[in-house]
Formats: sequence, C-alpha cells, structure tokens
Amino acid sequence: MQSYTFRIAKSKIISVILTLVTLVSTIPFLLVLYFIVKNGISVINWEFITHLPTPVGEPGGGILNALVGTVILIFIALILSVPFGVLVGIFLAEKSGSKISFFVRMMSEILQGVPSIVVGIIAYLWVVKPMGHFSALSGGVALGIMMLPVIIKSTEEILKLIPVEIKEASLALGVPYYKTILRVMLPAGLSGILSGILAGIARIAGETAPLLFTAFGNPFLNFNILKPISAMSLLIFNYAISPYEDWWAKAWGASCILVFFVLTLNVITRIISSRK
Amino acid sequence: MASQFIKKLELNKDKIFNLLLVSSAFSLLILGVGIFLSLLNASSLALKKFGFSFFSGSEWDPVSEEFGALPFIYGTILTSLISLLISLPFSLAIIIVLGEYFKKGIFAEILRYLTELIAGVPSVVLGFWGLFFLVPIMREIEIKLGVTPYGVGILTASIILAFMILPYSASIGKDAMRLVPNELKEAAFALGATRWEMIKKVMIPYARSGIIAGVILSLGRALGETMAVTMVIGNYHGIPENIFSPGNTIASIIANEFTEATGEVYLSSLMYLGLTLFLITTIVNLIGRLILKRLQH
Amino acid sequence: MKISISQSLAKLILLFGFLFQFLSIPVFSQDRELLGAGATFPYVLYSKMFDAYYKQTNVKVNYQSIGSGGGIRQLKEKTVDFGASDAFLSDEQLREFDSPVLHIPTCLGAVVITYNLPGNPQLKLTPDVIADIFLGKIKKWNDPRITNLNPGINLPNLNITVVHRSDGSGTTFVFTDYLSKVSNEWAQKVGRGTSVAWPVGLGGKGNEGVTGLVKQIPGAVGYVELIYAKQNKLPQALVKNKSGKFINPELSSISAAGKTKIPDDTRISITDTDAEDGYPISSFTWILVYKEQNYKGRSLERAKQLVKLLWWIVHEGQAYTEPLDYAKLPGEVVKKAEKIIKSITYNGKPVYQEVGIK
Repeated sequence: MQSYTFRIAKSKIISVILTLVTLVSTIPFLLVLYFIVKNGISVINWEFITHLPTPVGEPGGGILNALVGTVILIFIALILSVPFGVLVGIFLAEKSGSKISFFVRMMSEILQGVPSIVVGIIAYLWVVKPMGHFSALSGGVALGIMMLPVIIKSTEEILKLIPVEIKEASLALGVPYYKTILRVMLPAGLSGILSGILAGIARIAGETAPLLFTAFGNPFLNFNILKPISAMSLLIFNYAISPYEDWWAKAWGASCILVFFVLTLNVITRIISSRK
Repeated sequence: MASQFIKKLELNKDKIFNLLLVSSAFSLLILGVGIFLSLLNASSLALKKFGFSFFSGSEWDPVSEEFGALPFIYGTILTSLISLLISLPFSLAIIIVLGEYFKKGIFAEILRYLTELIAGVPSVVLGFWGLFFLVPIMREIEIKLGVTPYGVGILTASIILAFMILPYSASIGKDAMRLVPNELKEAAFALGATRWEMIKKVMIPYARSGIIAGVILSLGRALGETMAVTMVIGNYHGIPENIFSPGNTIASIIANEFTEATGEVYLSSLMYLGLTLFLITTIVNLIGRLILKRLQH
Repeated sequence: MKISISQSLAKLILLFGFLFQFLSIPVFSQDRELLGAGATFPYVLYSKMFDAYYKQTNVKVNYQSIGSGGGIRQLKEKTVDFGASDAFLSDEQLREFDSPVLHIPTCLGAVVITYNLPGNPQLKLTPDVIADIFLGKIKKWNDPRITNLNPGINLPNLNITVVHRSDGSGTTFVFTDYLSKVSNEWAQKVGRGTSVAWPVGLGGKGNEGVTGLVKQIPGAVGYVELIYAKQNKLPQALVKNKSGKFINPELSSISAAGKTKIPDDTRISITDTDAEDGYPISSFTWILVYKEQNYKGRSLERAKQLVKLLWWIVHEGQAYTEPLDYAKLPGEVVKKAEKIIKSITYNGKPVYQEVGIK
C-alpha cells in the first residue's frame, strides 16, 4: 500500500495534468477564432456588406447576395419548422406516456442524427425535382428539416418543466384544454421555446451540405423564394476552394461574420437555458 | 342558448386542437419514414444492379458504370475511428475537470464555453481553416516523415473531425458525472480515498454508460460530417494505403459528385450511398440514445 | 380572449399573404432571368460576360459552375435554361434526352499540364510521358524519361503527386480524350469521360480545386484550363503535337488547333490536332440548349431571352474572350453557331425572327 501522502500527491498531480489537458483542448477553438479574425476583419467594411460580388479579378464588391440569402433561408426554415415543431413538442409533453409518443420521440432523435448531406438529397428529391428547378424554398425545406428536432426537443423539455399545478389550476377554472396549452403553458415556456429556436438557427445558419444541390447559389440579389439563392456558407465554400487570393479574403470576411453570428446565438441560448 | 353554443364550440376546438397535435405527431413519423422510403426508391436501380456486392466492390468507375462503395465505407469508418481515438483523452480530461473539479464559478463557465463553442463553428469554416492552417502543417510533418506530402488526407480529416466531435462526447459525459450522487462520493472520501481514487473508483464506473453514450453519439456525428471532411480529405477514389493517403468518405463523395452524376446508375449509386449513410448513422444514434435513456431511468 | 385569437389568426393570414407575395413575384419577373449551370472552364469568361450583359440589357443570367457533367444532367432534368460543357454529347448521350439538344460553341480553351517544382522551369513533355505520369508508371521527377526530354533542367528526386478533378468535368473529358488518342494503354485501362477511375492521385473540386492543390503540394502535377494556370502564375508544359513540334499553350496555338474541318453541329474533338502549329490539348466549349424551347411550361418570352443571349455571346460577347485568356471563335465557326441558334424553335416556329435577328 502506498503511503497516504503519496496518494494525495498523486491525486493532486493528476488533477493538474487533467486541467492542463483540458486547457490544451481549447487551443483549436482559439486558433480558429484568431485565424478568422486576423484574416477576416480587415475585409469587412460598408461596401463588403452592401454590394454584390464583382467578376473575378475586378476589385471591390461584397457579399450582399449571400447575406440576404442566408436571412431568407433561415426565415423559410423558421416558417416551416416552428409551428410544426412546437405542435409535436406539445404532443410529446402532453402524451408522454403513450406508445405513439415513444415512436415520435425516437423519430425526432433519428432526425437529429441524419447527416446534413442526406437532408440535402431529400430536399432535392422532394422539392427540386418535382418543381423542376433549384430554389430558395428547397434550401429552406432542407434547413427546416434540420431545425425541426431542436425545436421539438426544446418545446417538450420546457413544457415538462412547468409545474403541473399551473395547468390544473387553469383547467379547474374552466379554461378549455387548448386554451390552457396555448394561453397558459406556451407563454410560461416561451423563453425555453425561444432559446430552442435560437439554437435551431445556430444549427442551420452555417450549414452548407444541404444547400449544395437545393439553394444552388446566385450572384445576383434575389428575394424570390422560387429562384436559386446564395448563402453565406455556399459563398464561403465556393470562394475557399477557388485559386484567387481576392476570393479567399472575401471568404475570410464572410466566415468572420458568420462565425460571430452563430457564436452569439450559441452564447445567448446557453445563457437563457442556464437560467432555467 | 348562446352560452351553450360557445361551450360546444370550445369543446370542438379542443377536439380540433387534439387532432392537430396528433396529426402533427403522425406527420413527423411520416416525414422520417418518407426519408427512408425516398432514399430506398431513389437507390432502387443501383440496389437491383449491385445488391450487397455494392459494399464489397472497390471500383468507382463512372465510365464503365461500375460502382462499389468499399473505399468510401472504409474511409468513413477510418476517419471516424481515428477522430474518436484522438478526441478520447481530451474528452475524458474535460469530463473529469468539468464534471468534478470545476462545477461552478467563472473559471468553470469560461472553460465550458471554450470547450463547447467549437461545435458552433460551421463545418465549412472549419474546413476552410483546415485548408489554410492545418494542411500546410501536416505537409511539413509528412515531409519530415518522408511520406508523400499531400497535406490533405485521412489523418488531416480525422483531426478536424476530432475537434468537431469533442464537445459532444465531453458535454454528455460531463452531465453524467454530475449526476453521481453526493452520498456515494462522500462515502468514498469517508473510507479514506483521495479525490483521484474517488473519481476512478466511484464516479467513472457510475457514469460509465453516460460517457460511453457520449462517445457513441459523437461517433454518429463523425460518420455523417460532410463539408470540413470534403475540403481536406483529398477526394481519392481508391482505398487509402495509409493514414496520410488521400481518401473519401460516403458523405464527401456525395457532396462532390451529386450535382455532376450524369448516368442513371451513377446517380442511383450515390443515392444508395446516401441510404447507407442514413442507416449507419441512425443505428449508431439509436444505440447511443438507448444507453442514455437507461441512464436516466 | 376571443379577440386575441382572431388577432393571431389575422397575423397568421397576413404571414401567409406575405409568403404568397413572394410566390407571386415570378409572374412578372421570371423572364428577365436565365439560369445556367455546368463547365467550370468558361466560368471566369461567363461571369464577366453575364455581368456585362446585365449592365447592357438588365437581364440577369445566373451561372453556377458545377462541372460539365452537372450541366448535362441539370439540362436533362430541365432544372436550368442552358447547360454548359467542355465535352460534346456523344450520339448515345443525345439519345438519352427526350428532345433534341443543340451545341453552341462559345470559345476555345486548352488544358495545360501544370506542376509545382522548385523554380518552376518550363518543361517539355511528350504524349507517352504524360500518359505514363497519369497512369502512375513514372513516379519521380528525375525519371530519365523526363530528364532526357529536358536537358539542362535540374529535376529533383521528388515524388510525383498527380492531381485530378474530383467532380465530373469537361476539362477531364478533354484531357482523357487526348490521352485515349495518344495512349492505347490509357484507352483500354481508363478511357475517356467527364469523370473516370483515376489510377493514381488525389482529387480537387473544380479547376479551382486542382489549381489550389498543385499550388500547395511540392512535386504535384495536374491538368487545368490555361486561364487558371495563367492567373495563378503556374508553369505550363510544352507538349509535343502530332507533327512533332513542342507547342506552348497560348491563344494563337489554341486557335490554330481549331483550324480543321468543323461539322455543322460543331460536335468535334480537336485534341491531338493535325494542325501543324496547334496545341494538342485544345477544345471548344459549348452551351447546350433544347432545340424546341416549349417544354415544361416555358414561356415564349424566356425562349426569346435565351436566343438573344446566345446571339450576343457569339458576337459582341467574343470581345471579352482574349483579355481573359480565352481563344476567340474562328469566323467560320461563328457562322456555324449562327445557323444553330437560328434553328431554335418555340412550338416548331423559329424564335430568332421574333427577337429581330436577321
């Protein structure tokens, strides 16, 4: 048997080593941030966010098409997935014991794990092929499918956290069931649902794979959801693999904007959910 | 009269509302099953032509329309396992540090953010960074080792993947560690255990299934990750010779070739790959979730 | 309570109204836009051309360079107004379309062999050496078969890393078409196609991707369109042509390669050209459209816009070729292109007369 002091020392040393290893594991994140900011920040200016891209080799130009595209895609995804997801979430919270809800919950978890590239194929098969052309709508459908499980889960979880007494009190007062859910339970759980929506946006804002063969890209400004549309992530991908330094710089600038947008959303969601 | 009518209306609304809930729940089931059926339907041509020999074929030749998925399945499994191997020690360290040493306070919070936020960086941005930061470094290393300095390849992709999956296994494992009852921990201390002994003998065994579930779920992420891998794996259609060789994963070959595939069989084979990926990730995820569920009950 | 529900209902209706407004825009705007997809090779030229065209006519042409294979498939699936390809469709491929497809040549290009070597000397290469490098039979830069061709150049003892396209591509078609003509082994083992089973090497997505990889990897050799090598200041090998001359890929030698007999549908491979001063890995690049434009509910207006654009490309548009290192269409080929554009119909009637082309 080792002496007690030796064991104490060993325990201390291990704790120091483990803490150091943890610190080391944060290096990649810090490196990525540093790299993006270093290369991207100098590119970002007023023209960059308010102008359309110029042809290769011509100076100036910006990424307005991609900024607008990402906003529209997120908007479509929200319209498609929030009402649907909240309803499924209510179903799961209200009928949590039933057999169907077991399968529904499982399906939601399966959807959560479906690789984004597969979601892209599905949106291509379901929207692009029948419609006969690429469109912002098909990209929005793909992103909506990706967002759905996040919203279902956050709705279910927040509703389950609300004390059952509140619901019972409302029902006892003669408020109909649907009103109890919509006017009492949902408002009580609003912050949770909102943070779920934000987390959902954070998940899809930078997605590229589902957009490759749906939203397709567009060098012009487009507000029509039946037309191909650009997105920040698509633009970064196309510019990143190009051989032009000018385009690389633009991709860094776009990365910088995108990463800070997504990280801010992530931090906000975490703050909201840790308050719960 | 009027009040009765309103009451009836309200009751009906209850019914409608319930119907709405149930139908949206069913729609979700249909959505999921629909994804599977659509993929199955789209891959039927390749399924008929190649059957299960699709998985043992190592030719991917659009000219002669011979398609085999072995190199990509190999690449997918290889990159996923290597990334798990790389991330595991770090994951365990984070699990112990955030699950026991620093549970509250500013330092714990900062550490938590720093270890988890990389999961929020879009895949395409990580791939871009990998192309310009990691690839040159890998090339230097490969020159020193005397292997062909591709820079891109299986190992490079695995390293990026490791960064991406680390937060998943770490945060699920950490949650499991925090669930260990205080009584158990105190009992261990009372018996004279040091903190490390308590962690090793009490906490880790208690949280084991949670930690394993986290690892399995992070494997599920790694298997399907697309953009970052596509950008740094080298896109080679053969079976990689070693971990420095370029390769392809199922996801990366779909991303590369989907819009370009001209022949019906070619396209159908890519769909078949999509179906395969869907099934693999679904099984892996379900196993992970199952273990987690057991833990919660 | 009641009011608030009807209020939220009203909000919902408003929301859908908003959505439908989005949907209704195409009714009056869709004919000012055209969508094309395909070859990466002419991407730089097309993006310049379409930018200029937009400024002149206010018609937006969205061109996405997804590779020639993609352009062909998207045209087949009718998701685009025109496809673009560096490879012409074979008779067999044409039969797979449910309606005749026309090839309109837009310019000439060349595939160059580029590499990453210390000092980047200009190498001389023969067809058999190129084939054996891409077959993986020549593995080192200081292989005697390379050094013998290049006396006076000190080639390092460095592994050759072959870089090829990972996506379906007309550039790949032109290059493998050339290799199939000059090497029996290549023709039997690999063949020609927009994507092939490469014996060795790693893949980059697009001309951009290959250029990027060659730039990054010492000892790499790849094939890209001339312009991508030029813009990135990559070296280009001189290639020995049929008449035994080592030819530098440049606009004049590429145009020279096109000076052979051209069939009326312009579907011809000019690789391994007979022309004495022609660069042997040259090719036309084409825009592909359906001959009959009334398909899938397309409007006559859209067909007219397309014909106008095509006419502009083979005439005014040609002014943008040479400044961007693309070779202009020879006059004889422009005449053939005119004829082809004039054969585009809507409900069986030629479209060209309706847009004021004579």
